[in-house]
Amino acid sequence: MTDASLVDTGPETDFTDYIALLKPRVMSLVVFTALVGLLVAPVSVNPVIAFASVLFIAIGGGASGALNMWWESDIDAVMKRTQGRPIPSGRVTRSNALIFGLWLSVIAVGMLGLTSNYLAAGLLAFTIFFYAVIYTMWLKRTTPLNIVIGGAAGAFPPMIGWAVATGSIGIESILMFALIFMWTPPHFWALALFMNDDYTKAGVPMLTVTHGRCVTRNNILGYTIALVPVAISVSFTSIGGPIYFAAALVLNALFLKGAYDIWKRTEAQAEADKFATERKVFRISLYYLFGHFAFLLIEATAKGFGINWAAWPQWF
Amino acid sequence: MSGANSNISDRRKRNNLMLGGVLLGFVALVFLITVAKMMNGAGDVANSKRVPVTEQSE
Repeated sequence: MTDASLVDTGPETDFTDYIALLKPRVMSLVVFTALVGLLVAPVSVNPVIAFASVLFIAIGGGASGALNMWWESDIDAVMKRTQGRPIPSGRVTRSNALIFGLWLSVIAVGMLGLTSNYLAAGLLAFTIFFYAVIYTMWLKRTTPLNIVIGGAAGAFPPMIGWAVATGSIGIESILMFALIFMWTPPHFWALALFMNDDYTKAGVPMLTVTHGRCVTRNNILGYTIALVPVAISVSFTSIGGPIYFAAALVLNALFLKGAYDIWKRTEAQAEADKFATERKVFRISLYYLFGHFAFLLIEATAKGFGINWAAWPQWF
Repeated sequence: MSGANSNISDRRKRNNLMLGGVLLGFVALVFLITVAKMMNGAGDVANSKRVPVTEQSE
């Protein structure tokens, strides 16, 4: 046996493949919303504790992403969007992804409990369980409501951030949860409208696959209308204020306009411009969520500088 | 072939260094958390449950 024969020249796992298993883009949303949840809470947190807590929340989110990729490797291999992921491309084995995801989950939950409090750790554990088991293993392949119920998993991070700071669950954290929860269906259905072929090929029962694009368009508009009062109501809590309220009005008007544009389009129009409006609304929905949380942070910063809107109503 | 071996060797070295960095970062973070907890008075809270013997007798 020569030295050369000891070297495996096949696809070898790289450090970056394990980073890819954590779904960094999803993780960035988790980090941002959790950080906002933590910073807008009316309690100051030691910066090291805050940094470590957000890091463990991010690792927990990444762990659920790895577990998701472990379970969905068969679907990922079929869909164009996900074919390059580490498991379908053969760079990471399924069992390694499973072990990686499980260990990271244990570390993230355990360390968050030790760093902040057990309520936050419990919420993180439930989030991982909800995303990996309830959404990935059960809902995603069985019902067109997959994204409606499964959206809860992505909605927990600001609630966990709030729990890190306060050790409790308040109306503010429930409304931040509700904002992401209600935003998720129109966001993913806009994506499904122009990625429908992929979902059909993979046999994922998205609403576009089971009920068609027309029903999906109606639902996007319906859910977006239902989202507006949730987003606006945050203005009238202790974390809201006139800055957030003004921003929310603009962002909701934009998203509503986008949902209306999607709703009024015919299939022929959408096919003709290769779903340009649907792609645009998908992008707007990303700015929409980012904008709301960014303005909550701006509102909190303004209050930190002593700007108090004494006359601003606080209903919740 | 030696070029391929060298490439793989370099990549493994880079992976090991990155893993080492992550582990070192983790150890440093745990240390910082411990210091922060102590500064925040986590130790005081734990100690406050210890009731002095004199008070117990009263």
